[in-house]
Amino acid sequence: MTQLMTEDGIRCDGRRVDELRNVSIKVGVLKNADGSAYIEFGKNKILAGVFGPRDVHPKHMANQDTGILRCRYHMSPFSVTERKNPAPSRREIEISKVIKEALLPALILKDFPRTVTDVYVEVLQADGGSRCAALDAAAVALADTGIPMRDLVSACAAGKVADRIVLDVNNEEDQEGQADMPVAMMPSVGKITLMQLDGILTPEEYKTCLKTAIGGCKRVYEIQRKALMEKYFQNGEQ
Amino acid sequence: MNLGSVILDQLKRDKIMDLLKEGKRVDGRALDEQRPLSIETGVIPKANGSARVRLGNTEVITGVKIQPDKPFPDLGDKGILICTAEILPLADPNVEPGPPTEEVIELARVVDRGIRETEMIDLHQLVLQEDKSVIGLFIDSSILDADGNLFDACSYASVAAILSCTVPKYEIKDDAPVLVEGVTSKAPVKTLPVSVTMARIGDYIIVDPTAEEEACMDARITITSNSEGNICALQKGGSDGFAVDQLIRCSEMALSTGTKIRKRFEQLT
Repeated sequence: MTQLMTEDGIRCDGRRVDELRNVSIKVGVLKNADGSAYIEFGKNKILAGVFGPRDVHPKHMANQDTGILRCRYHMSPFSVTERKNPAPSRREIEISKVIKEALLPALILKDFPRTVTDVYVEVLQADGGSRCAALDAAAVALADTGIPMRDLVSACAAGKVADRIVLDVNNEEDQEGQADMPVAMMPSVGKITLMQLDGILTPEEYKTCLKTAIGGCKRVYEIQRKALMEKYFQNGEQ
Repeated sequence: MNLGSVILDQLKRDKIMDLLKEGKRVDGRALDEQRPLSIETGVIPKANGSARVRLGNTEVITGVKIQPDKPFPDLGDKGILICTAEILPLADPNVEPGPPTEEVIELARVVDRGIRETEMIDLHQLVLQEDKSVIGLFIDSSILDADGNLFDACSYASVAAILSCTVPKYEIKDDAPVLVEGVTSKAPVKTLPVSVTMARIGDYIIVDPTAEEEACMDARITITSNSEGNICALQKGGSDGFAVDQLIRCSEMALSTGTKIRKRFEQLT
C-alpha cells in the first residue's frame, strides 16, 4: 500500500490537503458540435460535445411542455490501466444519470418544447474524480451552445484520506482512501445539484467535507468562467 | 404524456403542496415519519437467507444465495458481495420486461453502495484461499409492488436477508472448494446499515416519499448510516438540487430515523 500522506500533510501527488489539481479548460474545440469543451483535471483528459436543442429521435421521447436533456458519460477503452470494455458499464450508466440530473437545474428547457439537448462526454484518460471533471466540461460545453442557463454547474470532490478531509481526491486516494464525496453546484445560486458519498464520515466530518467540496467547486467555477471569457471576449466575438 | 394526466398531476401537486404548508401529508403522516414497515425473514427456504419487506404499499422480496467463487483480481483477500435489484413487471404498470433502465441501475448501485460502504459484512472472513477462492454473497432484490421509495425498501430487505442467512461451510480440497455438509454459521456482520430516503418538495423535506410524492418532488436524497452513527453512503437524485443547510438537515434526519429502524434490525439478530 502506498503512503497516502506524509506526516506534514503532503499528499501522494505532492499537494496540500486543500489544494486542487491543475485544471485547464478549452472552449469550442469541436467543429461539428453546437458546443464543446476539453478539460484537463489532473491526469483526467475529457471531451464534452453538445448537440441541440434539436428534434427528438425517437419521437415518442419528445415532451410537449419542455425540452429534454440526454447525457452519455463514456470511458474510452484506453482511458484506464486495464483495457475497459467499450460497452457502457452499469457504473457509466449511473454516472450519465447523475450528470444529467446535475445539469438539469441549470438549464431553461421550457423554452424549447419537443426538442432534445444531447450531452456527450468522452473520458479519454481517467484519473479519479472523472465524473466531476466530466460535469465541469459538460457545463462549459452547454454554455458554449448559447442555450439559456440559470448558472454554470461546477463540480469537485472532497474526501477523507489518512484521517484528514482533503480537497479533490485523486485516483490513488479514491482507491485506498477512506471516503470520496463528489459534489456539483450552481455557484451563484448556491444549489447543490450532484452529491454522492462512498466511505465512512462522522456527522462533523460530513459537514467539513461538504464545505471543502463547495470551496473546490467555487475555484473550478472561476476556471470555467475564464475559459468561456477567453473564447467569447478576447477574440472579439460576442 | 396525455393532457389528462398532466392536469391530474398538477392538481395532485397543488394538494400535496397545500397540505405541506400545514405540515401534513396526503396519507396523514408527519413530514419526518416513515410508512409502517414490516419485515419477515426466512420466506424463501431454498435461499441461504431471505426477507420480505413492506414499506407502506411498496413490497420487496430479497434472497441471498451463497456460493464459492473466484475473487476479483485486485481484491484477493476479500469475499464477494453483489447486490442487485429488479422492478418486476407485475409491480408497476409502467414497467416492461427488458434490459434494466437507468433508474433500476441506479437503484441497485445505491443499495449495493449502502451495504458495501458501511462495511456491514467483514469480507475478509469469506476468504477460503487467498487470491484463489472466496465465498460470494449474491443479494438479489425483486420489487413486487412499487409505491415509491424503492431505495429504502430494497435496502431494508437486503439487510434483513443478510441477517437471516446461514453461511454454508466450505473447505479447500485439492485446490477446489468443497461443501462441508451440516455445518453453517451466521454471516460475519460488523454493523447495521440503514438507508433513509428523503424528497424535497418546494422548501419541504419529507422522509419516505410515496410514488405520488415522488412524482411531484424536486429532488431526492438517500443517506445510509451505520450503527456508530456515521454517514457512509449518499446519493442525490432528481432533476433539481438542495441548499447546503437542507443537506445538513437531511443528514440529521437520516441519522435519527436510522436509529429507529436499526432497532428493528436488532430484533432480527
